[in-house]
Amino acid sequence: MSKHTLSVLVENKPGVLARIAALFSRRGFNIDSLAVGPTEHPDVSRMTIVVNVEDLPLEQVTKQLNKLVNVIKIVELDQSAAIQRELVLVKVRADNETRSQIVEIVQLFRAKTVDVSPEAVTIEATGSSDKLEAMLRMLEPYGIKELVQSGLVAIGRGARSITDRSLRALDRSA
Amino acid sequence: MTEHAASPRRGDNPAAHAPAPQHVAETMTGAQSLIRSLEAVGADTVFGIPGGAILPAYDPLMDSVKVRHILVRHEQGAGHAATGYAQATGKVGVCMATSGPGATNLVTPIADAYMDSVPVVAITGQVSSKAIGTDAFQEADICGITMPITKHNYLVTDPAEIPRVIAEAFHIAATGRPGPVLVDIAKDALQATTTFRWPVETALPGYRPVTKPHAKQIREAAKMLVSSKRPVLYVGGGVIKAQATAELRILAELTGAPVVTTLMALGAFPDSHPQHLGMPGMHGSVPAVTALQKSDLLFTLGARFDDRVTGKLDGFAPYAKIVHADIDPAEIGKNRPADVPIVGDAREVLADLIVAVQAEFDAGHKGDYAEWWEKLDEWKRTYPLGFEPAPNGQLSPQQVIERIGRLVGPDAIYAAGVGQHQMWSSQYIRFEKPGTWLNSGGAGTMGYAVPAAMGAKAGRPEAAVWAIDGDGCFQMTNQELVTCALNDIPIKVAVINNGSLGMVRQWQTLFYNQRYSNTVLHSGPGHDGIEPPAQGTRIPDFVLLSEAMGCVGLRCERPEDLDAVIKQAMEINDRPVVIDFIVHQDAMVWPMVAAGTSNDEIQFAKGVRPDFGDDLD
Repeated sequence: MSKHTLSVLVENKPGVLARIAALFSRRGFNIDSLAVGPTEHPDVSRMTIVVNVEDLPLEQVTKQLNKLVNVIKIVELDQSAAIQRELVLVKVRADNETRSQIVEIVQLFRAKTVDVSPEAVTIEATGSSDKLEAMLRMLEPYGIKELVQSGLVAIGRGARSITDRSLRALDRSA
Repeated sequence: MTEHAASPRRGDNPAAHAPAPQHVAETMTGAQSLIRSLEAVGADTVFGIPGGAILPAYDPLMDSVKVRHILVRHEQGAGHAATGYAQATGKVGVCMATSGPGATNLVTPIADAYMDSVPVVAITGQVSSKAIGTDAFQEADICGITMPITKHNYLVTDPAEIPRVIAEAFHIAATGRPGPVLVDIAKDALQATTTFRWPVETALPGYRPVTKPHAKQIREAAKMLVSSKRPVLYVGGGVIKAQATAELRILAELTGAPVVTTLMALGAFPDSHPQHLGMPGMHGSVPAVTALQKSDLLFTLGARFDDRVTGKLDGFAPYAKIVHADIDPAEIGKNRPADVPIVGDAREVLADLIVAVQAEFDAGHKGDYAEWWEKLDEWKRTYPLGFEPAPNGQLSPQQVIERIGRLVGPDAIYAAGVGQHQMWSSQYIRFEKPGTWLNSGGAGTMGYAVPAAMGAKAGRPEAAVWAIDGDGCFQMTNQELVTCALNDIPIKVAVINNGSLGMVRQWQTLFYNQRYSNTVLHSGPGHDGIEPPAQGTRIPDFVLLSEAMGCVGLRCERPEDLDAVIKQAMEINDRPVVIDFIVHQDAMVWPMVAAGTSNDEIQFAKGVRPDFGDDLD
């Protein structure tokens, strides 16, 4: 099994997320993470889906996704040729003794302290999964009270854009 | 009816081709807009039942002179009728139901149409948009429910969207790989005032079916065909859906390769043709199953390597390279990797292949299949389809079906339910033409035959339409005979009555030590499961039941009466006819490949495995 990151351009219509999620479960594929949000075009949303499958099932996932009428385009983003980011918000137990150590870790990982109270600090960090994992490992001994993590989002490196051509097609059909 | 609706070309846009160039913009209700849209896309027949949420649509429907509504007795009947209509006419079938239970009763036929890629549009009423999500009376999330069994579906709450959505629904249903599309319309959208505009622009940026095959792949496939020694043209339902049967025949005769037609493709290639080996699969002919097993090239056209064809997948056609042409890219490589994948409409694929194969011939490359045909002919001679006559002067079911096929002929349309009678129909009726065989292949929906036959007869009133049904299936949907009797839809129904759920009983005979748990239909819980059910209580009496529904009811119990009864039924054309054929209960479907085993384990008859002289490698 290996992780694949799919960027999926979909029509911004109600029910599209349900269609995609239902397709994955119906065909027996697992979603590792899913992030969805608007794009530069108001009628188009972009989903970043991370799946953990072999190459052959991946081809099936892509083909089945492509059959959904609301799916406009699918691109697999190669790890080496894409920037991949996740966002984490984590609330760590802190007192007068540990607070400065925690802040030091935050600085090492170029994260941000976004909230402080006498018993805890809340940290915001973005980065690759590896970086976030490393940071959380460092924070763990202090006591993680609460953690929330976003799905992965990714974009290809270089000047080319996966949305250009598809969105032109959309403009023509609109 | 529009020109497009009569012969849909896959990939075309119906709205763009509808012969209504003058632009229309009129003020009316959403309901009127719906009916006008149906007229504009060329729908001429709708099967349905009204109810609260869809009620606004039924008012203008009453005034439509272009759309005939046929009032069915159960929404499942409406759905299967739309399927039967679609397959018999090549047009999109339409069914209509109200919200909640009306819509959920359509679920089975929608799933059935999805599995068999039949173009159907289902229109359902939904509770008012403000009530959606409140568990209102007769509310069901039918879009959510049908999401995995439709090609696409719509929930419409804005009346202005109705024309565009109807145009898109028909376009999606009929083009690419056909399938069912559901349009759920909120009651307030039907009641509101709106503007009906036609023609409409469809907005489907994510829907672009590929119909034109890649030239390089076609050349590659042609090369493989002429260089193979043991090719088989493995033909599926896609060839019928693409109306490519003429092209198939040209390619088959040009190359001289043998042809097998799957359950969904019966009629795509004449059964009487000397190159036809029959049907592959669990109950396929020995030559067809064996040809696939020994082949070195499966030339797959619009088929999908279904488990009922392949048997145990890793033992399927072990020596064969695969050319796989299908309009649905997701089918290619799904079950069996393809050496040459071709995405395209079967008609365009076949047309291009004919040219490419001819070019190979012109270059001096011609396949030599003489040795292959020696083997094939030997299997055809040694293992023909056949059955033993029933004991004690009883009727054998195979004989009944064979005689119906002979006497009624290849121009008729045959619809089967699911089970033994379906398999015997596929084996003993000789299919010569496309669109003459309707059955529930993928979903295996018992009760399909009567409503599908009704839909076919409504779409093609000039054709003789026979439902070959089992007594189990018949008891699921026979109420549609009332619809047939009242609406001048004189179908024939042959009930192959063996008093039991025959196919299940066959499996109990073979795999469950003849313990007939709950497969005896004519007897109550006191029955021991062993006593012959055909001589049971005769509850219900199908003759009386049919008479009660406005049909002619006939019964046949002896082989000597068989032809006379069939002929008698053929002469009655003012009412539906039901014939209760009381047949031998122990007849089994052979050949058979037991589920989960390799096709090499095919049994010609119980315990008899053919000897193929396994010398091919």
